[in-house]
Amino acid sequence: MSQPKVNDFVIKFANVNGSGSASANRLFAKSILRMGVPVSPRNIFPSNIQGLPTWYEVRVSDAGYLGARGGVDLMVAMNPQTWDRDLLGIEPGGYLVYDSTKVLPPTKFREDVNVIGVPLTELCNREYSDPRQRQLFRNMVYVGALGALLAIDIAEMEKLIREQFSSKDSLIAPNIQALHMGHSYAAENFECPIVLEVCRSDRIGKRIFIDGNSAAALGCVYGGATVAAWYPITPSSSLAEAFQRYCRNYRSDRETGKNRFAVIQAEDELASIGMVIGASWNGARAFTCTSGPGISLMQEFIGLAYFAEIPAVIFDVQRGGPSTGMPTRTQQSDLLACAYASHGDTKHVMLFPEDPHECFEFAASAFDYAERLQTPVFVLSDLDIGMNDRLCEPLVWDDSRTYERGKVISHDELEAGADFGRYLDVDGDGITYRTYPGTHPTRGSFFTRGTSKDRYARYSEAGPDYSDNMQRLLRKFDTCRLMLPKPVMRKAHRSTSLGVVCYGSTSPAMNEALDALEEEGLDLNAMRIRAFPFADEVVDFISEHDRVFVIEQNRDAQLRFLLLNECALNPAKLISVLHYDGTPITARYIMQEISSDVAALKPKPKKKVAP
Amino acid sequence: MTYISKPRLRHPNLRTNRFGFTHRDYEGAVSTLCAGCGHDSISSAIIQACFELNLPPHRIAKLSGIGCSSKTPTYFLGNSHGFNSVHGRMPSVLTGANLANRDLIYLGISGDGDSASIGLGQFAHSLRRGVNMVYLVENNGVYGLTKGQFSATADRGSKSKKGATNRDAAVDMVMLAMELGATYVARGFAGDKAQLVPLIKGAIVHRGAAFIDCISPCIAFNNHPGSTKGFDYVREHNEAVNRLDVMLPREAITVDYQPGEVEEVTQHDGSVLALRKLADEYDVHDRIAAMHHLQKSKAAGEIVTGVLHVDPEPDDLHANLNTLPTPLNKLTEKELCPGLAALEKFNAAYR
Ligand SMILES: Cc1ncc(C[n+]2csc(CCOP(=O)(O)OP(=O)(O)O)c2C)c(N)n1
Ligand code: SF4
Ligand SMILES: [Mg+2]
Repeated sequence: MSQPKVNDFVIKFANVNGSGSASANRLFAKSILRMGVPVSPRNIFPSNIQGLPTWYEVRVSDAGYLGARGGVDLMVAMNPQTWDRDLLGIEPGGYLVYDSTKVLPPTKFREDVNVIGVPLTELCNREYSDPRQRQLFRNMVYVGALGALLAIDIAEMEKLIREQFSSKDSLIAPNIQALHMGHSYAAENFECPIVLEVCRSDRIGKRIFIDGNSAAALGCVYGGATVAAWYPITPSSSLAEAFQRYCRNYRSDRETGKNRFAVIQAEDELASIGMVIGASWNGARAFTCTSGPGISLMQEFIGLAYFAEIPAVIFDVQRGGPSTGMPTRTQQSDLLACAYASHGDTKHVMLFPEDPHECFEFAASAFDYAERLQTPVFVLSDLDIGMNDRLCEPLVWDDSRTYERGKVISHDELEAGADFGRYLDVDGDGITYRTYPGTHPTRGSFFTRGTSKDRYARYSEAGPDYSDNMQRLLRKFDTCRLMLPKPVMRKAHRSTSLGVVCYGSTSPAMNEALDALEEEGLDLNAMRIRAFPFADEVVDFISEHDRVFVIEQNRDAQLRFLLLNECALNPAKLISVLHYDGTPITARYIMQEISSDVAALKPKPKKKVAP
Repeated sequence: MTYISKPRLRHPNLRTNRFGFTHRDYEGAVSTLCAGCGHDSISSAIIQACFELNLPPHRIAKLSGIGCSSKTPTYFLGNSHGFNSVHGRMPSVLTGANLANRDLIYLGISGDGDSASIGLGQFAHSLRRGVNMVYLVENNGVYGLTKGQFSATADRGSKSKKGATNRDAAVDMVMLAMELGATYVARGFAGDKAQLVPLIKGAIVHRGAAFIDCISPCIAFNNHPGSTKGFDYVREHNEAVNRLDVMLPREAITVDYQPGEVEEVTQHDGSVLALRKLADEYDVHDRIAAMHHLQKSKAAGEIVTGVLHVDPEPDDLHANLNTLPTPLNKLTEKELCPGLAALEKFNAAYR
């Protein structure tokens, strides 16, 4: 690797959980962003609080590819436990940065990897006496060293330290000192920059750098959610916690100190969804956030909300299943559990955000959908976008936007003599009118129940009443399709009969793969699905192509199943590309799968038969 | 089974309450429970309590789980919104509803299976959160709706209709409610409406988590010799510790008492709970002593009824969450959405 690699490489930090490395690593990633170069970092962490290995992988890509790439160009190996594995992961010609305080035998290294030893412990021991300081500043020392090795502007790093510790002034100077200690050591002992180099660029624009859970939480604030009920579970807890934080900021009355929100950490997910349903029934916007195991627990209540037609917003930040599965790894494996959640005939609305920008937008609009459609709405993100900082378009809001509260009959309308039947389809779109409890002394009250009922909400086990209601629910589901976000299309430059479909966090890897495949001469039209039930455009797209790859991060091709189950499509032309080992899908993987499928299609040259 | 509505004929001289509502305005559909079921007596006590308290029916929300008991909200307060939720989960739905609109009165109706078996967790957590509600368990010691299996409140040693003996210890919901911090705890008996109506009224005017365990015999499956929840058994073992009268704010005290006989507890809204002691040593304010008394009486085979505990200064969930006095469901974009300017600042902080 002697050709310089400018603004295009992967750095990985191998750390021990609880060693305070997270904020130093994040600062490193942000300093590159501040130089105008896109980065996409990913936390790879175990289900553990202290002691087990964690990694932080930073992909630097001037081209703006934010998906995981695979492979490592420079490994910062700070964890002896994982040394061997980490060493193996480095691309030939890559770099190993390690703490050289303790001399290691040559067998611990690789010949095809450049070794950069920085005596981190020794430098810190010389400088600090407090053991915790020795450990914490060691992280900043390696960040400084990397700054020199990669030619990152140290002024940007200093500025970030000042921002980070703006409320703890006393920590600024010692952190800057540690940063310089590493920087000087590297500058004095190695030829800087190494082959990997960061050069100032301007590829960021107005984009922001935020994790999907925070963005979704803010979307709930903007979307007018007042009640949140949740039970802690990785990777969704930070969504509820961020909501509470933002509410304290934006929703606490300046004068009285009173709150315009209520957050309950419930006793379990059953209670969480129960509270959401109770609050929504009573006219507040309410949500819960959870992950797969929580969705499993909520099933019975979700069926109630579907059948009794009560709005509910449910965030499922997906992780590896089934069961406890891989609690700290990413997957898209809850589609079927959400689409058909609960017993009996049910179907539910789902939204698939691709990044934090859409997490915000979909969170805010999920409340409009839920109230207009009077049904549960699932926002399915995943650990990859939920818990990692991602570069994305800034969050947008239009101040003229109002909350769409759906069909609610007011006191005055009841007073004027409106014919109110809770399940009476007045408009023919399957969506009926509701009243909030306490609206009118003598009109508009009704009984909400999970049992079957007639159009006036009266208990009925009569077959025709039941079927009538179930048919109307289907009409309503059809109405959903028109309302939800349309798929996003990307047309190849040349015409092609090959198509590819993806959704959610697969988006950046997909885009990168499409660019690369096109460069290799393989053209595909692409569609990113953003909602279920599927819009007509989804069916049209698939019908217009002979062969359509469906890219998913689960084992059982759950989106493909939904497509086949819900639309009249030919299964033979839907080819699955599945990645489900818990790591985020990569462009490399997608390319390889698609290329080999297409290659196998090409007619093989006939073997010459000897006469 | 279909819905049967009551004929709307009004009796010319039906008495009206202070708001001009008649007793009939608090009724619901005709009950479809077994004739003589204790639950129907409780419904009628609820109707009377609401009538006497002059409550506008539409300002009450009635919620329940699943069971014969949980069906009863259809049979009272026909002008109130009702919610028959899922088995054992009424408390969470009620909690959510209460968070959305703190101005309504919440009546949670449940059964012993619904609250002591499948729903024990939600029962406990709603009480420890201090949700402002009336939580009434219609306790018959069996699963009525699924035809007579033991519930978790069936006493150890009691016999099922088919002759089986219950070997498991009983969950004592009153003791649990006291332990978990319910601020109004009472036990009533469906067979004593005179006692029950004031207990319900007291619970309604109480601004905190009020729990009533109401023994309510199941005529079909648990009213035989060997049952400890049948009418005869409860009548024989009932030990009322007090009699309650509830007086509304600014209402003349209408009941005559000998001086010293009555203790008056003034509630937050100005209503007065007048308690006439029947058991000398029983003190409803001393939670620990009360629990001790209950344990002793239980060991002696007595079923203690009356107001068992009341805290005149209850905390409630909204106070703990410091929510504003306006119901959350009344807030609009104006109060809830921080707007574009704030969002631009937010964006700037994430660059
Ligand atoms: C999840 C679930 N499991 C089981 C049932 C069946 N079920 C209906 S009512 C009931 C018991 C009700 O007992 P209780 O709450 O004591 O009410 P009762 O009928 O005695 O008044 C059961 C087990 C159900 N509805 N839902
Ligand atoms: S089965 Fe028992 S609880 Fe149910 S209605 Fe009949 S008597 Fe009442
Ligand atoms: Mg029962």
